Amino acid sequence: MNFKRMWAMFQARNHEFFRDRAAFGWNFAFPFLIILGFGLIFSNRDHQTFKVGIFPAVPLLEAQTSGAIPQTFLESNYLEFIEFSDQARGEERLRHHKIDLLIERTSPGPRYWINDSSPTGYLAEQLLLAALLPADQFPLRQLVNGQQSRYLDWLFPGILAMNMMFSALWGVGYVVVRYRKNGTLKRLKATPLTALEYLSAQMLSRIFLLLFTTTIVWFGADLIFHFQVQGSYLLIFFLFFLGGLSLCSIGLVLAARGTSEEFTSGVLNFISWPMMFLSEVWFSLEGSPVWIQKIALLFPLTHLLNAVRRVMSEGADLMAVQVECLALAGFTIIFLTIAALIFSWND
Amino acid sequence: MKPILEIIALHKKFKREPAVDGVSFAVREGICFGLLGPNGAGKTTTLEIVEDIILPDSGEILYQGQPRSLSFREEIGIQFQHTSLLNFLTVAETLDSFHRLYQKPEQLTTLISRCELESLLARRNNQLSGGQLQRLMLALALINRPQLIFLDEPSTGLDPQSRRNLWEIVQQIKKEGKTIILTTHSMEEAEYLCDEIAIMDQGKIIAWDTPSSLIKTHCHGSSIRLPTSALHLDLDRLPFPWTTRNSSVILEVNELHEAMNTLLDLDVDLSEMSIHSPNLEDVFLALTGRKLRD
Repeated sequence: MNFKRMWAMFQARNHEFFRDRAAFGWNFAFPFLIILGFGLIFSNRDHQTFKVGIFPAVPLLEAQTSGAIPQTFLESNYLEFIEFSDQARGEERLRHHKIDLLIERTSPGPRYWINDSSPTGYLAEQLLLAALLPADQFPLRQLVNGQQSRYLDWLFPGILAMNMMFSALWGVGYVVVRYRKNGTLKRLKATPLTALEYLSAQMLSRIFLLLFTTTIVWFGADLIFHFQVQGSYLLIFFLFFLGGLSLCSIGLVLAARGTSEEFTSGVLNFISWPMMFLSEVWFSLEGSPVWIQKIALLFPLTHLLNAVRRVMSEGADLMAVQVECLALAGFTIIFLTIAALIFSWND
Repeated sequence: MKPILEIIALHKKFKREPAVDGVSFAVREGICFGLLGPNGAGKTTTLEIVEDIILPDSGEILYQGQPRSLSFREEIGIQFQHTSLLNFLTVAETLDSFHRLYQKPEQLTTLISRCELESLLARRNNQLSGGQLQRLMLALALINRPQLIFLDEPSTGLDPQSRRNLWEIVQQIKKEGKTIILTTHSMEEAEYLCDEIAIMDQGKIIAWDTPSSLIKTHCHGSSIRLPTSALHLDLDRLPFPWTTRNSSVILEVNELHEAMNTLLDLDVDLSEMSIHSPNLEDVFLALTGRKLRD
């Protein structure tokens, strides 16, 4: 291993990345835009989850005072009311899941319709039925102890890790295949550079860029949303470093032999999409079948997110996340060894 | 002079199709060795096997009398026919990156001056013209002061000025005692630069000699072109084979001097005569035929 040669390749790749304005900008813009979008959606206190149709159409004020629909139901933050001139139009919307519940305003009951195949319709119905109960029939309501984290606090590391995954897989896997196809690798093979030096330089360069962009995005987003972090920032940085290593090493395995950009693109999608959905980037797998949770453990992203979220929300220290660290290190060693063994410079 | 490179019984197949079929030759130190052949003859495959870019199925390659060692790549320079560089790097950064890959590299200022890259240093690789890119590729091939240089069709796509400039650089390199192995489709280039030439076809070496010996061996005689108006006689009286083309008569002669005397005896006007002596292209066509190749 000649570090001078590796450093030359490391610097060359970094120059290439920083000069490619489109790729460089996208690495910042993508996570920022997603965080900003979700931040705006979930920070809105008037966020409405269910859509309730009402007919016949009259001004809302009049409807609120009509007494047919309970006041607590009409004032719920999670409901959006849409008026229809007649029952037929409302039913048509309900049939196609455009609304979750349809209520007849003039009925003294009130009378309502739901789509039996709509889970959100069922939930909206429960809200209506609860609103119809007398206040003394409610169970005792208490708030959970401790600091409550927002959905955005839970989501934020997921978005950063997802960005890291796409950047690692595509930035290493796809790019190296392109270099192989256009002859860049062949030109390098004609020099004393070894495969290990080249792969190490590619991986370290990508890690450097990933950590650089992740740090900038983190602090930029934190200025707006003030994320709750109970544990050490340094440990989070270290976890992202380990996660980046393992994700880049998967990229290197894909890059080791590929000669077709189209095929590599397909394989990258095949790996990245299940990893994104099963690694709890967007939603928790709590309560999902055990076999799905076991499959999720095969992805480095799962271990990265578990560890980062525990550090963020529970203040976990290194010892508490050592299993995840070992898993990430293990993935890196396995995939990097495979990549080095099967790497080919030529097409 | 001892050979710097010996290639012995090289074989390589791609999907059961032989690309290189028992190729053997030796290259003497300090010469420019040309490898010629039609498209698909196996020149580039042979070169890339020798360069250690692809592996042969069988055969032996000796560099300075020994099998190639790990230091082989420190001692050779390669300009590939098809290759690419990092698009967003400047010429200066590209040279610097490659410079750092070698143990005993050439001074960059010398290299930049030799390949006339001074005005291009700040330009990105993807902004270079074909000729400029070839000059950069040549500079990269020379960056480690190689003893053995492979140039795979280096003048393809170059304008006449750039081609002449390339030839001058190759001549200078040769004067420094370095060995060059060149493939080209330009017979003019091969004749101008090469001391020895091997002609390949269908994966085999079909001829190998100096350019003049190849011409002597494979082409006989010359051709004399005269306007039809210069001949006031029945063409069948001419003692040479002849053809007519575009109001000219082309005579195929073995001995030029004798032929001239004969024509003067026949009172032929030689004032508009042109003579075509056989060249490497004639050898090439004679050996590989005129049928189109893929």
